[in-house]
Amino acid sequence: MNLCFFTSFFAQAGNGLGEYAGTYSAKWDAGAYEGGLFFAGLLKWLLLATEVPSSVPLAGTLNGVLGSLAPLVSDGSIFPELGALLITIGVVFGFVNVFAIGAVWSERKVSAHMQCRLGPMEVGPHGLLQTVADGLKLLTKEDIIPRLADKPLFALAPAIVFAGVLMRFVPLPFGDKLIASDLDLGLFFVAAVGAVEVLGVIMAGWASNNKWSLFGTIRTATQMVSYEIPIGIAFVTVILCCGSFSLMEIVNQQGGSLAATDGYPYQGWIWHWHLFRNPFMPILAIVYFIASLAECKRAPFDLPEAESELVSGFHTEYTGMRFALFFLAEYAAMYLVAAVAVVIFLGGWWSGIYPLDALGMGPDATIYTKTLGLLIKLGVFLSKAFALVFVQMWIRWTLPRIRLDQMMYVCWKVLLPISLVCFVGSCLWELASGGASVFGFGIVVE
Amino acid sequence: MNEAKIRTEEMLLNMGPQHPSTHGVFRVVVRTDGELVLESESHIGYLHRCFEKCAEGNNYLQVVPYTDRMDYLCAMMNNWGYAAAVEKLAGIEVPERAEYIRVIVAELNRVASHLLAFGTYGLDIGAITPFLYAFRDRERILKIFEKLCGQRLNYSYVRVGGVTFDMTDEILADIEAFCDYFDPKIIDEYDNLLSYNGIFISRTANVGVIPAELAISYGVTGPSLRGSGVQRDLRRDAPYGIYDRLEFDVPVGSGEMGQLGDCWDRYMVRMREMRQSIRLVRQAVKDIPEGPFCDKKAYRAVKPKAGEVYKRVEGARGEVGFYIVSDGTNIPYRVKARAPSFCNISILDKLTSISNVMIADLVAIIGSLDIVLGEVDR
Repeated sequence: MNLCFFTSFFAQAGNGLGEYAGTYSAKWDAGAYEGGLFFAGLLKWLLLATEVPSSVPLAGTLNGVLGSLAPLVSDGSIFPELGALLITIGVVFGFVNVFAIGAVWSERKVSAHMQCRLGPMEVGPHGLLQTVADGLKLLTKEDIIPRLADKPLFALAPAIVFAGVLMRFVPLPFGDKLIASDLDLGLFFVAAVGAVEVLGVIMAGWASNNKWSLFGTIRTATQMVSYEIPIGIAFVTVILCCGSFSLMEIVNQQGGSLAATDGYPYQGWIWHWHLFRNPFMPILAIVYFIASLAECKRAPFDLPEAESELVSGFHTEYTGMRFALFFLAEYAAMYLVAAVAVVIFLGGWWSGIYPLDALGMGPDATIYTKTLGLLIKLGVFLSKAFALVFVQMWIRWTLPRIRLDQMMYVCWKVLLPISLVCFVGSCLWELASGGASVFGFGIVVE
Repeated sequence: MNEAKIRTEEMLLNMGPQHPSTHGVFRVVVRTDGELVLESESHIGYLHRCFEKCAEGNNYLQVVPYTDRMDYLCAMMNNWGYAAAVEKLAGIEVPERAEYIRVIVAELNRVASHLLAFGTYGLDIGAITPFLYAFRDRERILKIFEKLCGQRLNYSYVRVGGVTFDMTDEILADIEAFCDYFDPKIIDEYDNLLSYNGIFISRTANVGVIPAELAISYGVTGPSLRGSGVQRDLRRDAPYGIYDRLEFDVPVGSGEMGQLGDCWDRYMVRMREMRQSIRLVRQAVKDIPEGPFCDKKAYRAVKPKAGEVYKRVEGARGEVGFYIVSDGTNIPYRVKARAPSFCNISILDKLTSISNVMIADLVAIIGSLDIVLGEVDR
């Protein structure tokens, strides 16, 4: 990793954001409500159409504020976009936090039930509020910075790690139309921003001035940089098959957009998923899943935090909220890699059952079926992602940890060759079949 | 950055005394080159409690509780070793029933100790679940001991002249029930969960290989020695108590997953020993005779003639030996304890110097030697 890489990365990221801003306003002008525009539309509707009932205290003032904002909205001023952006950020941030709380709880429950225990039972029903209590405890804890630590780096590191993970949520859909921003370079963005996390981890370990943290850092950097390569090849293969970097587009193609008839834009079944697109894809999906475990430092690749060897790895010296940020980032990354797997291999929000997927998509859709359809797609997407997160937990509580040299061996001598073979195989398959899948229902890329 | 200024350095890393995988307050100073351990230097003594000096100030019976605190994971065997030494010194006959009870509790204690070794070894390698499985079953043994003598860890149950309390039929039934419950667990759960797990094998096979001659020259005993393929078990080679009447095998390492004497072999010897221990417990429970459970006279006071004695028993970690010098009073003149963990851990520095060891391997090696720091330091 050198300076050149970062320069090009930030340039690319900047381009992506520029693209984002461009498409965003264009789509909003066109009246679409895709992605963050969903919230923009909602906000617009609230500002233009809402009248606060007079029974509400301060109704006059509120209506006055709304009234004064309405013209700004209708003449297309910046406010709704900005507001929508803020709401989108809030929703993603909120989701990450709520997910982390739920995931920590379920991790403890899953592990407990795998280990003949009950897990947390005291705080709330079945210990549901235990994580909230733990979070409060972490918030009130003393924030200790070791005397010999590099203070600015030490303080900055958790924020960078967390921001690095959070940024990767930008192009990630949660369901049909539910996306912070449909970046044209979505999948690239996800892969590229992942490097920011490594940077934060290196900062944390180095700034801690602790030899054990340094070991954790070395391991993390080695591991994350190595495993980005099989992940990248998996991405490239999918991109090659789809002809698009956009996560929305990748998912849409798995809904069978080419088989569309009768005004229904999508007509897909489970075999339209990329997982079944060609014989190499299932192998690639497994490679991606294994590499993603390593990328988010989960067992059996939890060497960076190897409790029995390194005490706690790179975040040994962290306390209170700074520690909580690392923790949060870890769980957010768990969801993220699972969700990306769902997007690129497992059909995204498509349930794979055509009648269910078609709900609210045809020309005869009403606002109710549309809403129901969106909710079902949200549910399907989240269930798939959560199922993968469960598998991650299942693996963690079953397998021992591998050693550093074995970790490198698995990456460079097993996963990398396999993924390269799958990549070349997929290319040849696409060439030979003209873009058709195993079942002949593929999408011809123009 | 000027590339000429970049240089690599060896790092001196202080592992312990507070470290999750040193199994207590044990400190290893390792010189590392990246992840590679070039040299290690063990430091012990953080848990030194002057057992031998304490023994010189108490009478023979009062020393027993101190032996509990040496190897607190198999206190029964420590009690037994000391009691047997004093009995030999003073010429005390132990009732038949007491001998059977001693075998039962010692073998159950061995199972409990090996279960902990199994569980913590899983933790060292990074698998957390086996630990809780092991604790679930160990808890049953501790419950039995609690019923028997009111203690869960420091039993002081085996005493000079016999045992402290008689074993009731109810407890015998509990023990039989435990044997029936536990026997299939080893194969069904433990072996499936950990022993034959691919990652576990790759982490432990060919790691920390102790050749048989090296093990013998360092005085390594117990499962760590048998892991190197040496058929040596005091229960069979120098029978004490009633072991000569019972049938059991001495499992040794065979190098089936890697080289002979690697971590996996040492680990597997313990797993196989648990099965043998259950076999011994079943036989002893079946044959246990009626009668007194202790020599009431010896129970009150012991005053051996002047002389010296060395008596050893097979503890869960190896040869537990007591050398006692008597000056004819009721207080021992000198007690020297031969602690198996102390001798076993002495080989660690040699192992890191003869083979390429990574930090993760160092943890695996310490775990496979299964030390108890209470015993190393006494």
